[in-house]
Amino acid sequence: MTALLEIKDLHVHFDVYGGTLRVLDGVNFVVQSGQRVGLVGETGCGKTTTMKSILRILPTPPARIPQGEIYFKGQDVLKMKKGDLQRIRSEGISMIFQDPTAALNPVFTIGQQLEAVVRHSMEGGKLSKGKIREQALVPLREVSLPDPERMLDSYPIQLSGGMRQRICIAMALVASRELLIADEPGTSLDVTIEDQILRLLRRLVEEKNVSVILITHTLGVVRETTDRVYVMYAGNMVEVADTEELFANPLHPYTHGLMAAVPRLTGGGISDGIPGRIPDYLNPPPGCRFHPRCERAMDICREEKPAFYQVNTDHEVACFLYRDGQK
Amino acid sequence: MNRDDILTATDLKKYFVIGHSDLLKRNPITVKAVDGVSFAVREGETLGLVGESGSGKSTVAYTTIGMYRPSAGAIRFRGRDLFEGNKPRSLALKKEIQIVFQDPGSSLNPRRTIKQILELPLRIHRRNEDRMEQVIRLLEMVELPPDYAYKYPQMLGGGEKQMIAIARALATDPAFIILDEPTSALDVSIQGKIINLLMQLQDEFNLSYLFITHDLSLMRNVASRVAIMYLGKICEVARTAEFFRQPYHPYTQMLLSAIPVISEEEETLKPKRIVSTGEIPSPVNVPGGCSFHLRCPARMEVCSRVDPVMVEVEEGHTVRCHLYEQGIGVQGQ
Repeated sequence: MTALLEIKDLHVHFDVYGGTLRVLDGVNFVVQSGQRVGLVGETGCGKTTTMKSILRILPTPPARIPQGEIYFKGQDVLKMKKGDLQRIRSEGISMIFQDPTAALNPVFTIGQQLEAVVRHSMEGGKLSKGKIREQALVPLREVSLPDPERMLDSYPIQLSGGMRQRICIAMALVASRELLIADEPGTSLDVTIEDQILRLLRRLVEEKNVSVILITHTLGVVRETTDRVYVMYAGNMVEVADTEELFANPLHPYTHGLMAAVPRLTGGGISDGIPGRIPDYLNPPPGCRFHPRCERAMDICREEKPAFYQVNTDHEVACFLYRDGQK
Repeated sequence: MNRDDILTATDLKKYFVIGHSDLLKRNPITVKAVDGVSFAVREGETLGLVGESGSGKSTVAYTTIGMYRPSAGAIRFRGRDLFEGNKPRSLALKKEIQIVFQDPGSSLNPRRTIKQILELPLRIHRRNEDRMEQVIRLLEMVELPPDYAYKYPQMLGGGEKQMIAIARALATDPAFIILDEPTSALDVSIQGKIINLLMQLQDEFNLSYLFITHDLSLMRNVASRVAIMYLGKICEVARTAEFFRQPYHPYTQMLLSAIPVISEEEETLKPKRIVSTGEIPSPVNVPGGCSFHLRCPARMEVCSRVDPVMVEVEEGHTVRCHLYEQGIGVQGQ
């Protein structure tokens, strides 16, 4: 079976004044059809860059992809012609951004923006105005917005943050997409609203059988929403496992650190977290990029970049500690 | 008033006029950002103030620090009214009450060096001391090397900037510090370090904190007592352990059930029966009766008419909800 999405050895560089930022350094990432995949990591670790390169919406220049392949349903997105790429964007993959206020255009009504999406999806091109409006109402109903008719004539500013995010989800659902990328969909919202948005996403994913990539830095959200988790650090995937397995048996020192840093409802204080901060991408440390912050760094970590070692079925970790299987 | 209370707010109200509904400006439209809030912070404790955005928690902070004058009610610091008469707050009082803001990126002046930033409060409040020595001592307190004195804020990471903001608050040697979401702009991996430093400083200098946040899991680990705010009012107050063992208010239960957690053990601590619905209404149009009744799963007929009062359900655990008004506890206040 071919995967729905497969990223192989992706490198992304940014040419800036003073040098080249080597942001992504050989990312491998797989989404199977129907799977819900989580991607976690600190701010600036390259989560969003990875996702943007899938849709090819990174600004080039300064961004540059010197190496790597991104297969969506067996076709390399990076080698695609404009027309094919446009079709993938309008029918294959859609993305929900962190801040719905910035994602919606403030000077157009929700209806105008939603209808534009309908028109650009394939069947939409041949529909009459009335039909397009009708089509635009369907996803609005699906995301349980009150009074969808009136919603079409409102401007984004008239809606609350939670409602705006529902609109963005509705847009992503127009046409039957196969892959939904949700980039921190609840982070800018309140806890109770975030909870509602995530429950909505879970319901829609089940009903429509779409695959999801959920990007977040909240581990709890990943645990409750996904089947499989990738942990990312400074442009590298460092650990991947099924969600249950990862939370029961985290292996990479970075994953350990992240988990220990989360305040627990059971109380008992918080650990100090991980010392240091994400490296400078102009001069990333040689070897494993995590070694300057790692408590268990060995000599080899400073020289060589670790490969992915299979520790368990479906549990892989990029750390020399696990060279010979389970420690 | 209790003798160990360092800061008390009594029936604090802060209304903002945001416009008028008629041309002659006879009918002001007001936002009741804080609408009758009472709480007490004890000497050396951390009171956690939790609420969603728009609940008025930051307005409480800004009123306490003196950026706003309250519309009604009083805040007392060690028994002294902070807004007595119309006089500006005295230097001696300003020295005692300090604040750390949420986003250190915007609370530190990018054109000043760390030394200049830390010197300003020293120049005003501690004129007779050697300033450079004090700056280095402050940096030491937040575990940063002395050479940071000559750096600019943008040369530091988010966590380090927040450390500087904490050092600045400590510069006046205060007794009371308001922490307004001090870690919510930072990654979890950095959060722990800052929180633990704050706790350590609290022990060392017997500081009292008003800790404002929307993160209940964080509260579980740092606060001695927790107060939950909803639309300008406090709806539940309790000691932290009791609060998480038995939350009473339906809103509190809703908040708790919405927290994403990372282990099964924590999952069992979340109330199961309630799921979150609805959104916090605009504070311009607060619903009548209990302000939560539109979202409340346990809504009764009385809730849309009568605003409930604070009731003590257990010792030191008060709730503002009609469900607990009869029979269970004594009427508070």
